Amino acid sequence: MKINLNWSEFLITRLIKVSGYSAIIFVGLIFVFLVMEGFPALLEVPLGKLIGTRWYPIEEHFGILPLVGGSLIVTIGAAMFAIPIGIGTALFISEVSPRWARDILKPLVEMLGGLPSVVLGFLGILILAPFLRRFLDLPTGLTALAGSILLGGISIPTIVSVAEDALDAVPRSYRDAAIALGATRWQTIWRVTLPAARSGVLTAIMLGIGRAIGETMTVMMVTGNAPVLPIGLNALFQPVRTMTATIAAEMGEVANGSTHYHVLFFIGVVLFMISLVINVTASAVVFRIKNRSERILS
Amino acid sequence: MSKHTIIWLIILSIWLSGCGGNTGESTNGLPADSVVNIENKGSDTIVNLALAWAESYQSIHPEVRISVTGGGSGTGIAALINGTVDIANASRQIKDEENQSAIANGYDPIEYVIARDAIAVIINPENPVNQLTLQQISDIYSGSINNWSEVGGEDRPIVRLSRETNSGTHVYFLETVLRLGDSENDTLFSTNTLLLPSSEGIISEVRDNPNAIGYDGLGYVTSDVKVIGVARNASSPYILPSAASVNAGEYPIARDLYMYTTGEPSGALKAYLEWILSPEAQTIVMELGFVPVSSE
Repeated sequence: MKINLNWSEFLITRLIKVSGYSAIIFVGLIFVFLVMEGFPALLEVPLGKLIGTRWYPIEEHFGILPLVGGSLIVTIGAAMFAIPIGIGTALFISEVSPRWARDILKPLVEMLGGLPSVVLGFLGILILAPFLRRFLDLPTGLTALAGSILLGGISIPTIVSVAEDALDAVPRSYRDAAIALGATRWQTIWRVTLPAARSGVLTAIMLGIGRAIGETMTVMMVTGNAPVLPIGLNALFQPVRTMTATIAAEMGEVANGSTHYHVLFFIGVVLFMISLVINVTASAVVFRIKNRSERILS
Repeated sequence: MSKHTIIWLIILSIWLSGCGGNTGESTNGLPADSVVNIENKGSDTIVNLALAWAESYQSIHPEVRISVTGGGSGTGIAALINGTVDIANASRQIKDEENQSAIANGYDPIEYVIARDAIAVIINPENPVNQLTLQQISDIYSGSINNWSEVGGEDRPIVRLSRETNSGTHVYFLETVLRLGDSENDTLFSTNTLLLPSSEGIISEVRDNPNAIGYDGLGYVTSDVKVIGVARNASSPYILPSAASVNAGEYPIARDLYMYTTGEPSGALKAYLEWILSPEAQTIVMELGFVPVSSE
């Protein structure tokens, strides 16, 4: 009996260990695969051409700068919409609204996150893009701005959900202490609750941005996919082509093992690196904040 | 007691109706293994036509099952090279290197011209421009003409719309219009040309936006956009695309549509391809807005 128990214990701990490590292993394997398929691009295309400004793969123009720029500008735009609205919504749900409203609002917001991105893309093409063209008097509504607004909408549920959890976890005593010291409700929220929850809020923002930069279908439908190098603020009102949309649009047609195929994987590596940098920065910042608050408390 | 009878009656009737279904199938005289499957894949331009053909052919010949998928000419030919389809649809001719890799894999592609397609240049109905020469369209798409007033329209910026680079229509338009059929010419699309992933995307943007110019297969053009007349050069007449003008060779942006098989077809596949070229199947071509191949 004792031996049996030891055995099952051993087995279970190992299984849990394996599933824990599997996440790391899978990410590692995916990265190795991406690099293996993408690295030949560096040998086949001179580096100067690869960081060029013209993307037209069927004529061997493999400049990826317009695509990287396109992804960045759409993501930055999305962050500009999603962060204020997302944090604001989270603050409202957690700090201002009564308990019963929170129980309705939070599931509703999270349901918004379950909307298929194709549906949002359709709404973008049929409603948002024509509206933007008329309202801002642009040549066309299929611009980075349309993509940013929709991506902002996609990342808001993520930001709200995670940030609200973080705010909710701030101990009641913090707020009570603030109010007892004579702080107004706004001062309590802005100076006490939000700073206390900032590591969670920061995670929420990073997750939201990660969601936005990796989104494909919606941006492919509404940003116009023109590989223009975005320079200056004006670029938000022009069509752009993102890395994800490029991979999605072209991967289906490309001959296996061709230069174009390798370059598409190289773009995948770049995308992976960008997400990695965002995540590592986020965890580094969160870690630093934690250390500091622990120092203060001790 | 009566409850039981009812239940038994229900069970019996279900069983009988099941029987009916079975006998119905066996009167067709089809043991399951005699059904022939034909895999048909490729050009998105042809996919609706191929589907219509497959449907009406299956209603005449229930022993043949035809599955049709799109994905683009390149996808279809790639599948042909890998031997995973029986018929590849293409809106362009097979390239030399594709032909060679197919032969290297042991499949010898046989070509059939199955219909003709004209590419219509479309603009918003509010735009007063009615006609353009090939040279003007080329200048618009390459970025040297940027305002409608330069081609006789209002003072509006031009928004260029195109299919994605993996579309056969895109490559055809590049070669025939932008480069005016000259293989030495290396004009490219202006970088701010919007590359839309679907025909519907182009039609809906043109319908909505008076600045836009787009192109699409004649079969996909709806009545709420304006088709413009195209002239080969400044001294030749402006021709609107139609079945008559395409078959007469007058409309300058028209092309043949192809099906490719691996090796000389036989049996059901051969019968299907022969039927496609018959007058009956070619009337379907006309119904879908393509141009039938004139059978000699």
